[in-house]
This record gives sequence, C-alpha cells and structure tokens, in this order.
Amino acid sequence: MPEKFDPETTEEVRAIVADALASKTPLEIAGTGSKRAIGRAVDLKYVLSTARLSGVSLYEPDELVLRAGPGTPMNQIQLQLDQHGQMLAFEPPDYGPLLGGAAGEGTIGGIVAGNLGGPRRIKAGAARDHFLGVEAVSGRGEVFKSGGRVVKNVTGYDLCKLMAGSWGTLGVMTQVTVKVLPAPEKTRTVLISCADAGTAIDAMTRALSSPHDVSAAAWMPAPAAARSGISYVAAAHTALAAVRVEGIGSSVDARCDALRDELSEFGEIEELHTHNSLKLWSEIRDVRLLGGGLHAVANSGDDAIWRISVPPAEALGLLGWLHAGLEMDAFLDWGGGLIWARVTGMVDAGSYVIRRAMVSTGGHALLVRARDDQRAVEPVFHPETAGVERLTRNIKEAFDPERILNPGRMFDGI
Amino acid sequence: MRMPDPDRDVLSRRGEIIAALRRIVPGEGVIAEEEELRAYECDGLTAYRQLPMIVVLPETTQQISDILKYCHGSGVKIVPRGAGTSLSGGALPLEDGITLGLGKFNRILDIDYDNRCVTAQPGVTNLAITHAVEADGFYYAPDPSSQIACSIGGNVAENSGGVHCLKYGLTANNLLGIEMVLMDGETVRLGGKHLDSGGYDLLGIVTGSEGLLGVITEVTVRMLRKPATARALLIGFPSSESAGDCVAQIIGAGIIPGGMEMMDKPAIHAAEAFVNAGYPLDAEALLIVELDGPEVEVDELIGRVEAIARENQADSVRISTSEAERDNFWAGRKAAFPAVGRISPDYYCMDGTIPRHRLSEVLTRMTELSEHYDLRVANVFHAGDGNLHPLILYDANKPGELEKAEDFGSDILKLCVEVGGVLTGEHGVGVEKRDLMGEMFTEIDLNQQQRVKCAFDPTQQLNPGKVFPILHRCAELGRVHIHSGQTRFPDLPRF
Ligand SMILES: Cc1cc2nc3c(=O)[nH]c(=O)nc-3n(C[C@H](O)[C@H](O)[C@H](O)COP(=O)(O)OP(=O)(O)OC[C@H]3O[C@@H](n4cnc5c(N)ncnc54)[C@H](O)[C@@H]3O)c2cc1C
Repeated sequence: MPEKFDPETTEEVRAIVADALASKTPLEIAGTGSKRAIGRAVDLKYVLSTARLSGVSLYEPDELVLRAGPGTPMNQIQLQLDQHGQMLAFEPPDYGPLLGGAAGEGTIGGIVAGNLGGPRRIKAGAARDHFLGVEAVSGRGEVFKSGGRVVKNVTGYDLCKLMAGSWGTLGVMTQVTVKVLPAPEKTRTVLISCADAGTAIDAMTRALSSPHDVSAAAWMPAPAAARSGISYVAAAHTALAAVRVEGIGSSVDARCDALRDELSEFGEIEELHTHNSLKLWSEIRDVRLLGGGLHAVANSGDDAIWRISVPPAEALGLLGWLHAGLEMDAFLDWGGGLIWARVTGMVDAGSYVIRRAMVSTGGHALLVRARDDQRAVEPVFHPETAGVERLTRNIKEAFDPERILNPGRMFDGI
Repeated sequence: MRMPDPDRDVLSRRGEIIAALRRIVPGEGVIAEEEELRAYECDGLTAYRQLPMIVVLPETTQQISDILKYCHGSGVKIVPRGAGTSLSGGALPLEDGITLGLGKFNRILDIDYDNRCVTAQPGVTNLAITHAVEADGFYYAPDPSSQIACSIGGNVAENSGGVHCLKYGLTANNLLGIEMVLMDGETVRLGGKHLDSGGYDLLGIVTGSEGLLGVITEVTVRMLRKPATARALLIGFPSSESAGDCVAQIIGAGIIPGGMEMMDKPAIHAAEAFVNAGYPLDAEALLIVELDGPEVEVDELIGRVEAIARENQADSVRISTSEAERDNFWAGRKAAFPAVGRISPDYYCMDGTIPRHRLSEVLTRMTELSEHYDLRVANVFHAGDGNLHPLILYDANKPGELEKAEDFGSDILKLCVEVGGVLTGEHGVGVEKRDLMGEMFTEIDLNQQQRVKCAFDPTQQLNPGKVFPILHRCAELGRVHIHSGQTRFPDLPRF
C-alpha cells in the first residue's frame, strides 16, 4: 500500500510537494481516486490526496460563480446547486461504475483535472470552458494562481486551460472556481428510430443545424438502447437517435413540436418527458449503455472502453472501419462527434485499429478503461504529432521539471 | 511606457535583414520606407507609437515559417499584427523588430456545414465569417464591437468577446482549431474540427496569448444557427443601484439574456446626442436587455424581464416590436465610443471586470476619482458579466492630460482588482496594463505564466515587452529552487 498524505490546507500541500521535490520523490496526485483507472498506470510509493481540501468556500448564485476545494464531492456541489436551481452546464459525468467502482465518489478536482464533460458539451462546452480560476501548487513547490472569480477575464495567460485535462501532471490544485448557470425548467427528448448510423447522423446534423437550440444529440444502436433503464427505450428493439431540448416550458413544447415535424422523415418519432429525459441523458453521460461496470462484463475481461472525439461527419466512416476490424459495441454522443466503444477480445485493447483509422479522420481517442498490463504498453492518451509533443514536454518542464507529479500518467515522462 | 532596449546590432544590420526578407517574400511584401511604415506605428491604443524597423506582409504559411526561421537564427524580434485594432497596444511595433502583418491572409478556406465550422485565414475579419454563412442561417457568435475591422487571428490572440458572450462565450469557447508557426519556424496544428484535446489544452493556452507564443496562420471556429428571433428591452433607471439589482435578479431568475448592456448618464447623453435613439435623458442608468431564441420563449422572457425591471423602480420600459426598433435600441450603445469621441478631443477606454454586486460602489468611487483628476468619465458596461468600459475623456493637446488620464485609468483598474475583479475582461494586457500585472499576480504567478511563454518561445523573440512587466531569461526561470527542510510539519513522515 502506498503511503498517503491528506493535507488540509494549501500550505500543507506546498510543504509536502517541496519535500518531495527536495528528495526527488514522485507523488501520485488523487482526489478520492475514483478515476484512478484512467491513464497510464502510475504505481508510486506515495499518494497525495486532495480529499480533505474539501468544501464550497464561495457560492454566489446571482454572480454565477462557485469556488470549492478540489476534494469537494460532486454530490455535495450538486446538492447546493439544486437548491438554487443551478447547474454545472458542462454536465460532469460520473464514470465510477464504468470503471468498476461505486457511483457518486468523484470530486470537483477530478472532473476539472480530466476536463470531463457530458452530452451538453456541444452546446455549453467542457469543464475547461467553465473553469474561471485556480490556485495550485506546481511541481516546483510553489503556490500559483491564475484567472479569478469573474466570468470575463483575459488578464495574463489562462493557466486554467492547462490545468484542465492535465490529470494532475502539472500541479496540485488547491482551489477551483467555476462558472455555474441556471438549470433548465423543463427537459424533453425527441426519439427517432434510426436503424443505421448514417441516418442517425443525418438526423442529428439536421437537428443541430436547426434554430431549435438542441442541447444534446446521441444515437444508440439496438444493443445500447436495450440496456437503458427506461422501459420505452429498452423495449424499442431498435436503434434510436435522441435529441434533447431544454428551457422554459412553452419554448420546449414549441421546439419539440417543430423537431418532430422536421425529423419525421428519418424515422418514427417518440418523445420522452422530463423525468425519463433526465434519466436517459444521465445514462448516456455516465456511459451506462455499453454494458455496465467491470463486474457486468467480468466474463469478458479483455473488454476495453474508448472515448473517441472526431469531427461529427467522420463518425460514420470511422465506425465502419472499427466495426470491420474489431468486435465492438458502440454508441454516439455529441451529434456523432463522440464515439463510445467497448472493444472485446483484443490483446492491444483495439489500439492499433483505432489509432490507425484516426490518422485520416483527425480527433483523439482516450483509452478510458483497460487492464493494467494493457495500459502499461498501449498509449492511453492519443499520440501527439512531433511538434505538439515537444510543446507538451516543454509545458511539463515548465510546471514540474523534476517529474514528481503523477509522472507518466499521460505520456511517457509526462 | 518603457520597452526593452533596442538591439543596436540588429539595427545596424537592417539593410541585410531587408534583403533576406525580400528573398523570402518577393515583390511588395517587404516595407521599409518611413512613410509607408507610418501606417503601422500604432494599433487601436493610439497613445503609444513606435515606427517598426521593417514591416513584412507574407502570403503563405511557408513564407511565415521561413521568416521566423531566419529571424530566429539572426536574433530579430517579431510583432504579429492582424488588423491593428487592439486597445491595449498588443501590436505596438518595436524599434528593432519586424512587424509581421497578416492582412494578406484574407481568405475563407472552408465552410463545413456537416461539422458546423468555418476555417479561415487569420486576416479574415470577424464579421466576414458571419457574412460567409448567414445566407444559410448561421453566424459566428463572438461579436466584438470592432467586428467589421478586427481579424479572426487577432480575436484568437486576444480571446475577444462581445455583447453576446455571456450566453455564447468568448473566442476560446467557439474556437476548434488553429495552425500556428512557432518562433523557430516549425508549424503545428492544435485542435481541428473535433472537440477538446487529447493532451494538454495547448489551443486553450494560445487563445488570449497576445501574439507571444506563435503566429496563427489558420483558424477553425464553430458556427451557430441564428436564433429564430431576437427582441430587446430598453429600460431606464433612477439609479445605478436599481439597474444593478435588476441585472442580478434577471440572472437570479434563471434568465441568461443574449445581451445585457448598461450605460451611465454621461454615456446615455453622449450616445443620444450622436444617434437620437430615443434614450431617456433623465435616467441615471440605462439597460438594454436582448432576448433571443424561439418566438414563444422570447415573448415569455420579455414579460418576465419587464416585471423584474418594474419591481426595481424602472422609470421607463420600451420593448422592441420590430427589427428596426431593436437595431435602434442598440444604435446608441454601438456608437458609444465614437459618440464619446464627439464630446471630447480624446478618450481612453478601460476594460476591467468586477463582481457585479460591487457595481454601485465602484461607480461611486469612480465619480470621486473623476473629481480628483478633474477628468470626465462615461461608462458603458457589459452588465451580465461585470465587464466595465469606463471611457475617460481628456485632451491630449493639454500638457499633462494624457498622463492624468493614464493615472486615472490605473486607479480604476486597481479598484477593479481590489473589489475582487480583474484588470482586463476582453482587451488584453498588451503594453497598456503590463506594469499593473503585479496588482493581480504575485511574482510566482507571473513567473509561472512566463515559463509557458518559454515553452513556446525560449528565445523570447515573439512580441517581447508585452504582457509581462519584467522579462526574465528562460534559463533563469527554468531553474528549480528547492526549499528543502523548510517543512512546517515536523510530524510529517519524511520521504
Ligand atoms: C472601436 C473598437 C471596439 C472594440 N470592441 C471590442 C469588443 O467589443 N470586444 C473585444 O474583445 N475587443 C474589442 N476591441 C479590441 C480589438 O478589436 C480586439 O482585441 C481584436 O481581437 C484585435 O484584433 P486585430 O486583428 O485588430 O489584432 P491586432 O490589434 O492587430 O493585434 C492584437 C494582438 O494580437 C496579436 N496577433 C494578431 N494577429 C495574430 C496572429 N495571426 N497570430 C498571432 N498573434 C496575432 C498581435 O501581436 C497583438 O498582440 C475593440 C477595438 C476597437 C478599436
């Protein structure tokens, strides 16, 4: 068992990191460790947990701003936001069960460090787009801050952008400030039965190009739909495209009606009301439609889960390539721009086929879940071009020259 | 404003550098005559002027790469320049530097409806992107007031916003990818037509980096479908407090308007005198609230906003019933800068952001400062996001007035920081706010930002003298200072 540090203040974090730096001792940086399975395996003797840097220190609903310690549980933040009818608009997902753990264990720090976002990404952005300010301890053992508490700010470099998606490899965040937004009064989902991905992508493209302010668009092939907890979806026995509309009641009604009309040429139309809509989109957000947690697929221990971001118009071709080369279960989010795939029975987790096909499509693929031995040899994060890789190394050097923060979590030495 | 000392050696090699550039960019693309250089001596911050050593106007990415490679090898500095509308001196030339103008990069390369994005060369104007897609019902959301002139490359470099950014985001939130040439001539692509980055968010850090990290040679942005309809309310208030309360309650009620702009009395009067938009001249504060979206939604929200306004002592509420009327409501706000230009020989535009609930306090203290400096000030304000644009009126021909205006401006920005806000909401640091960075950041903060600069441009030849008050050498910044044994936690297990 690694030895664990549980600092409660920024100063304690700084002292620990400074000590680690002095003795060149690498530290694993974690919140509650709920996303520990993502990334290259880092097996270190010491863990610095941010779990006790917890609590919302500022929440001003009228100013659309919330500040919290990185270890603050997402559940707690959600609860406070609910009380004021607000939300984190980027729809932070809970990958707990997907990764074989429990639900509801994630922290705000982990969400931000992974730059995770859900179905509303296409409209509202990812965590990076809502990350207003940060205080962190760099691998130099220094406390720095960037950004602020106001939504509009271009003062100096926006280091929040670098911290978001850096998976603890650049700094230990000790405080994060995020933008919050009003939650929609009403949510509805238009379902279109689209047997093939091509029709579904066309339908989603039509919806997303309409003035009806669609906030999410996904496609579930029949096996994915069958795993839904919503009886209508599960019993449909067909592939379904889903288009979400949110806002005030009268507006949602009008837009749903218009969408039903405009999308009817693609397939049969149904509609989900608020309760079922919320449920469906949380299933999509948390990737529940690929076959549950590790336990659920225990008899297929080689199964790997991929999160593939591509230009939406490339999704169809890419899916074709992947299906040709892999035994695979998949569904689409982001109007086709995000492919979630479960790959079965490949020694390399499907890495070769996926990365190769993506040379021509562009985009990036994250190996979200795979066995430790696979993660030790296969690139988990998408390989970068030579020029970008050099910049990545320089950035790591700028923040963590002695490679003491989560070294190797993202790339070799990064 | 002190700029880095010019490099005498580089100045003495001017002829040789011109010849080398002409070998890369043939024809008219290299400008060396003083009269022609004059056109580039300043950007939108006209108080600062400097003739560039040379201007080069390349036409291809390869030429830019060759220019940078040459300059890298021969120690010459580069100042990238888009349309030159920066209000913070970001494109201010250097005496010993080459101004690299992107004016010839003026083509839209690709309009991709399936992926809902547009790829353009960096010199294309912001508005031209919307023009290219509006016939099909789309637009590019960030809309700086300078949008007819400013370039999309400049927008990326400044992370520009506009009146619609509370709802639709700044440039950063609408940018998908760029191609960029680094100082050593290497060309990299960040992002693309997909969302987010697999590794570090380099695209995010380059956005708003003010031309210090690389020369942007191609930009891909998202296009959005035009909302079905838009209507605006024009609301007059007896005090800035009541206007501020109204803004807070609109947002508190869960409404995010497409635009929400406030003007104070001097700004209302200047604008009304200029465009006759029918603004209420007795109001102490004027609010323009625009709601956009489906018709039913807009109609309903207009009603909700009106009710909130009335609860907050609004003296007058007008609601647009036609596009012409809506445009008319905006006419005064959009012309606020030139309108103020008419009532004063010169004006100086500030750009701080504050937490909104501190507004009336900030306005009161601004009035005191105005008396102290004996200079008038008019305020326009992106009310939804707390971004203030105080316009300080002065006369550059009166000895000492520019300095007074600058001091007044610094005091306003310090005040913004003091109440929990920031130095600049959308115009950038440039040279203008460079020396105020210490008000907001510690030396450690600034050093960490500069290390990012070093990661892209270790020889610091790209736009030096901007953003950072003190230029440390990268080697010096790279050193690790170990404070071993200073732990205040003796019970902490030692490694
Ligand atoms: C009347 C007026 C109104 C304005 N209103 C707004 C507003 O509402 N919102 C707002 O945000 N701004 C506003 N601005 C400021 C200005 O228009 C923006 O900052 C704009 O984005 C600058 O674009 P530009 O092409 O003129 O850039 P420039 O002024 O030429 O350059 C600005 C900075 O970007 C760098 N740069 C330019 N092009 C490139 C490139 N291709 N690669 C790398 N670096 C580059 C330059 O080195 C410089 O540091 C306004 C300005 C004026 C004059």
